[in-house]
Parts: sequence; structure tokens; C-alpha cells
Amino acid sequence: MPSWKDDVEVLVDEGKISVPYSWTVGSTLSRFYCELRDNGKIWGNRCPSCGKVFVPPKIKCIDCYEDLRDWVMLPGTGTVETYTVVRYQEPVLHPRKAPFVYGVIKLDGADTGMVHFIGGVDPEEVKVGMRVEAVIEGEREGNILDIKHFRPIK
Amino acid sequence: MGKRVGIIGVGQTHHAAKRLDASGVELIAEAVTRALDDAQLTMADIDAIVVGNMDHFENINYVDGWAVDGLGACMKPVFKVTTGGTTGTTVGACGYYHAASGLFDVVLAVGWEKNSESDTQAAIATCANPTLERDPFAGAIGPLATEYSMYMKAFGATEEDSARVAARDRNNALNNPYAHSRQAVTVEDVLNSPMLSYPVKFLDMCPRSDGACAVIFANEEKAKKLCPKPAWVHCSVVRHDYTHFGDLEWKFMPTLERASAEAYRLAGITNPLKEFDVAELYLPCSTCGVKWMDSLWFCEHGGAPKLIRKGTFDMDGQLPINPSGGVISCNPIGATALIRVGEAAWQIMGKAGDRQVPNVKKALCTGFGGCSWTGLMILGADLP
Ligand SMILES: [Zn+2]
Repeated sequence: MPSWKDDVEVLVDEGKISVPYSWTVGSTLSRFYCELRDNGKIWGNRCPSCGKVFVPPKIKCIDCYEDLRDWVMLPGTGTVETYTVVRYQEPVLHPRKAPFVYGVIKLDGADTGMVHFIGGVDPEEVKVGMRVEAVIEGEREGNILDIKHFRPIK
Repeated sequence: MGKRVGIIGVGQTHHAAKRLDASGVELIAEAVTRALDDAQLTMADIDAIVVGNMDHFENINYVDGWAVDGLGACMKPVFKVTTGGTTGTTVGACGYYHAASGLFDVVLAVGWEKNSESDTQAAIATCANPTLERDPFAGAIGPLATEYSMYMKAFGATEEDSARVAARDRNNALNNPYAHSRQAVTVEDVLNSPMLSYPVKFLDMCPRSDGACAVIFANEEKAKKLCPKPAWVHCSVVRHDYTHFGDLEWKFMPTLERASAEAYRLAGITNPLKEFDVAELYLPCSTCGVKWMDSLWFCEHGGAPKLIRKGTFDMDGQLPINPSGGVISCNPIGATALIRVGEAAWQIMGKAGDRQVPNVKKALCTGFGGCSWTGLMILGADLP
């Protein structure tokens, strides 16, 4: 190491970048969120070639690269496929405070899972295979949090 | 030596300042679907995918995962590249390398950008070194203004010369249904438009656009089988420059000069002005359409203004440049340079519609970005 480095005070330049973003939801997801906001319903789209139903909807079939023009309304019930209980505080952007439960819910009528919160139940009582239903918020804004969480079907 | 490779399909979105109907993935799907239709292929024919954009323009860092459905990339090899403004030519080069390697037969290359989602100038500023040049010298307009200012002083080029280039490209865009900005513009209009940063005025400068472009590369055997008239890749050359803006040579464009010299050597071109039938160049500002002509060896240093004034690069001139309207008419940044490649390929294939230059045998396309980097491709109607 060159000797002059011993005499240098190394500096750190503190910076912060704050660029505002406004993300286009797109035609496909907009339709999904509008149905959720306006009618409190969860819709998916179906591949005309292989018949797979995607919830949340996709732009193109993942297997066939077909347009997914057939829309299907789902009952909003499903089964917990897997979950975890989060016990640490997520970064500032996260909408929930620990402890909370989230997992993958396979909706009835869908071929894909959907990630969301599982609530209305003690974290210790959540089980894989548990039957759940969507709890829709009263005030809705057209985003994924219009679904409050999935709770056990009594 | 790699395999010979041809472009067999091109697709692009209808570009706009804001495509509120389509998310980034939907833009990608639109371009990819059109490229597949253009080549009369299905996704099953694609062996590998290359995709690129500038992460900080949308604040999305995993497009290679997040856009899998739009790309048709499920269970296929995907390669993401991002090199600033040259992303499109890098995506193109990477698609070409994949096919030329012999490891993949048919390769889909996709560039996209949704510039409406952020403050483009703020995002571009992050390309400059944060502990040195970001504060005093960042953004896109100022540096381009600075280089033309020096060129004007050195060689007697004028604001009218660059205005002539702006009017040429903008009027050419009237023939291109995909272009974002399509407006009839006179040299006077350009000169009278608001000053952004001397000598660059509003109508000299590129816009920011939402859009995507997809280009399909195939090795010789497949290209001959799948396409009646492929646009053959004669060469692909990339050159990068120094680390700091202050290091750059401002009177000419060194990476363009070195990249084109190497490309002409590889493609056997001795008189580029005569031998090319059309060029689609990444000219982010009309001033580059003056100064950079020297660096493409169309003339001596300082010779460009004379050629511009003669109309050499007009649609009816010796070498039409940017029949599409170029970058000042349409600029979805990660797609912009790939659009140059796609447009040049369509010119060779005879698919350029109202902007078709008759009987194109050889085409030049370039990408520009970062700290004055160049990516460059030469395409031909005949095998290289
Ligand atoms: Zn399918």
C-alpha cells in the first residue's frame, strides 16, 4: 500500500435519491382491480388453449403464449397452501405491523396461487389446508389491499 | 468465427408519451407478438431470450423475472442486459452473439422502456459518478449542448444546420405509424422553439416515450428455412469511452469513429457514403446529426455542415438517414437503439411501408448512450 494513504482522511459522501414514480397498472390488472373496487369480486383469466385459470390475471399464458381474453369470476373462497407468521418489522413501506400471517391461497376455480394476508384468526391456529374466504374492505381504492385478508370459513 | 446470422422478424409497439392502456409487460407482449407474427413463428420456435431496459426508469430491477409472461420466457433461457442508452444495440448484439455461437438457433431480443413512470432527467442523472460529476454536470441535454457548442466554434457549423436535421427527422416521422411524435416542422419552427440549453432548442431534442421493440435473430440454416428475405448481420461492434465526461474528446465522437472504422473493416466497406443505402442512427439530438456525421467517415472532420446543407441525408438524398423519424421523434430508451436495428432490418426486407427506401442492400444502424458509448451494426440483403 502506498505510504501516502496513511495520511489521508477517507471521506464518505452521503446522498439520498428520491425519484417519484407513477406505475401504469395496465389493461389486464386494471380490469382485475376495477372489479375488485367496484363490485368487490375477484376475477381471473383463462387460457383458450390449455384452459388454465390465472389469478391474479396474467398478460399471456405462461405455457402457451396465448392472449387470455376469457374472464371468469371466482367465488373468493380457497385453501391455504402454505404460510408463515412474520414476527419482525418489515421496512417502512410495508402496510402491516408484526406479528402477522401471510401465505399462498389457492382460490377455488384457479390454477395458480395468490399471495395475501391471512387474518381474523390467531397466528397459532393457521394450518395448511385451511379453508378460507376473502374479506373485502368497505372503502376500496382499486389495489391489492382492497382485499383486507383471507379468514377461515366458519 | 461464429455462425452467420440473419434477422427474420421485427415487431414494435405504437409508441407514445404515455401508454396508460399498457403496463411494461403489456408493451413487451405487444412487441413480441408482432415480431412473432412478422416472422410467422410461435413462441415454441424461440430458443432463448434477451431483454433490456434501464432499471431506474421504472424502479423495477428484475424485468427478466417480472415480465416472463410478456416475454414468453417461461422455462426458456433469459439473459438481461442493460447499458444505458445503448441497451437496445447491446440487446441486439447479445441476440446476435447467442445465435452466432451455435448454441441457440432462434433468439428473441427485446428492448423496452416506460419512461412515463419516472422523471427521466432525474433517473438519467444517476448514470454520472455520484462523488464527482453528478452534481455539476448531469442529465442528457446539457452535455449534448456542450459538445455541439464546441463543434460550432471549431468548424463553423450553425444552429440552422442542426435545425435542418431536426426538421428532416421530424418530417420523416410523418411516414412512420409507430413514431411517438409525428408533426410537420419547418427549420424556422425549430429555430423559434424554446431554448433548452444553448444551442439546443426544444424541437432539436428527443422526447421520452413508452414503447417496446422485439427483433428475432436466427442462424443461417434456420434463417434460410424460416424467412424468404432475412436481413443478414454483417457485423456488430461495441466501443466504450473514458470514465469521466471531462475526459471526452468533444470536437468529434471517438467511440463512433472507432466502432465504425472497425465495422467498415469487418464488412469490407471503403466508401460508406456510397455503399450504404440507408442508415438508422441513434441521434438523441439534432446537433448529433451534424457533428457525428464526421465520425461515421462520411466526410472529413468539419465536413458535415456542407453535406447537411446539400440534402445528402434527406429521403431523396444520396444516403437517407432516419426514414423512421429517428430518436427525436420517438424514444422509449431501452428500446430506442433496437428500433434502429429493427427499422434497418425492415428496410432490407422491404417491409418499411411508407418510409421504405427503394432497393436497400446495405444498412447501418447505431446506438448511443452512457458516457458517449457506441453500439453499431451493419445489415445486408446478401450473406456476409
Ligand atoms: Zn395456455
